[in-house]
Amino acid sequence: MFDDFFIRALFAGIGIAFVTGPLGCFVVWRRLSYFGDTLAHSALLGVTMAYTLDLNIAISVFLISSVIALILIQLQKKTNLPGDALLGLLAHSSLAVGLVVIGFLTFIRFDIMGLLFGDILAVTTDDLLIIWTGGAVILLVLKLIWKPLFASTVNYELAEAEGLNPDRAKAIFTILMAAVIAISIKMVGLLLITGMLIIPAAMARNISDSPQKMVIFSIIGGLLSVVLGLYSSLEFNTSSGPSIIAASLVLFILSLFKIKQSIKLKN
Amino acid sequence: MSSENSTLVKLNNAGFKQNDKWLVEGVSLTVEKGKIVTLIGPNGSGKSTTAKIALGIYKNIEGSVEKYTNKVGYVPQKISIDWTLPLRVYDFMLLTENIKDEAIEEALTLTGVIHLKNKNLGNLSGGEFQRVLIARAISKKPELLVLDEPVQGVDYTGEIALYELIKRISDTLNCGILLISHDLHTVMTATDHVVCLNGHVCCSGSPMDVAKNNEYKTLFGEQASQILSVYEHKHDHIHSEEGEIKKN
Repeated sequence: MFDDFFIRALFAGIGIAFVTGPLGCFVVWRRLSYFGDTLAHSALLGVTMAYTLDLNIAISVFLISSVIALILIQLQKKTNLPGDALLGLLAHSSLAVGLVVIGFLTFIRFDIMGLLFGDILAVTTDDLLIIWTGGAVILLVLKLIWKPLFASTVNYELAEAEGLNPDRAKAIFTILMAAVIAISIKMVGLLLITGMLIIPAAMARNISDSPQKMVIFSIIGGLLSVVLGLYSSLEFNTSSGPSIIAASLVLFILSLFKIKQSIKLKN
Repeated sequence: MSSENSTLVKLNNAGFKQNDKWLVEGVSLTVEKGKIVTLIGPNGSGKSTTAKIALGIYKNIEGSVEKYTNKVGYVPQKISIDWTLPLRVYDFMLLTENIKDEAIEEALTLTGVIHLKNKNLGNLSGGEFQRVLIARAISKKPELLVLDEPVQGVDYTGEIALYELIKRISDTLNCGILLISHDLHTVMTATDHVVCLNGHVCCSGSPMDVAKNNEYKTLFGEQASQILSVYEHKHDHIHSEEGEIKKN
């Protein structure tokens, strides 16, 4: 059944949508979209490392993204620069260094477009295995840290005062972010992965009145985007990663009508 | 020994410094089961800081804090809910602990906001939100309650009813309460021990002792000490949550 490249792509996308749905909600709630971008940009370094050292791309990207996250935390402690400046510094310098390193690796032919925008149709059965097992582990860990993470998202001091250890939850969440980028980099590429995290969650925010609903709608939105995006990329012969993100944008625009309605009701 | 066992949290000469400026220093106090300790003092005197030291929110403190319970309910002074979070009162009640529905409803009924259970948190008024905050803190049946200006924004009759409720909770749950108030007058009946802060402990003792204290008078003005006479007249009746007056 996984012989067909399109079926593989579909299952890869579905697996990723299950993970980006809930994580994307936290990215929106905790205002981490630029943080997600930074980790994604640093993934290019991870990919080059994978090629030079002959490692698995997902594992290599995961390692580099985790290191970048650690460096960010250290810089936040040691400097007085604002968070977004530090994120920008890390995002663009790691992207630049990644591209420079690629220039040196003349013996390997890189598909730069595939790296930047994803190549879901090239997903192998090994990739599928990584996506589904990795995704399952990410979701399980997220479920375990849900309470402290969510409570500290609402109010840090409340969570700390009532003994939930929010700092540990935040550190684990950072690692989960690195992991989700690692497993989805091949599908949507490093420039679009944050879109996969944010757009379905933003769509879900428009139509939800509780956190649980927002997570569920965010997953559904991601799944629909993958299916719609992939089929339309087949139909119109467009590139698949951007088609998925474009499909999620269409869903977001549709969700705006729901907002308009509820605002009208309130008046 | 028995007094040791009933101690919930104990501050020994505790203080906290931020950017080389002492927010508060040299605070020693003990909160015991079934007792209400009230912190009073002017703005910026370190009341909230002291509460956060007691809660263990600040890590690098001077002195020491001994905490003997993990069942804590906290009503912070300032809390803003982000619009990006779709959060109903019901979800908020479950924030730090999974509580049974009956306990949630009981707590919301006690603070008079049960009708708001499914409302979005962002649409509440200041007073309604305070009542939800108190309900959340007490629904956990905590051993230690820390209430930082818990009735801010609540109307006057509601204020008195909520203090009566806090007193009742301390009696029925036998929990210790650390209460912060800027107004000694309204918390007087409910308080066992008052600590008056002004960057350090300026005086402490029973509510009566503190009201008579000269340092308290200079901090709060002559008028504040006149509450003693007001106080004696004021409490010949109690208010129910609906604001009805019942004779004692």
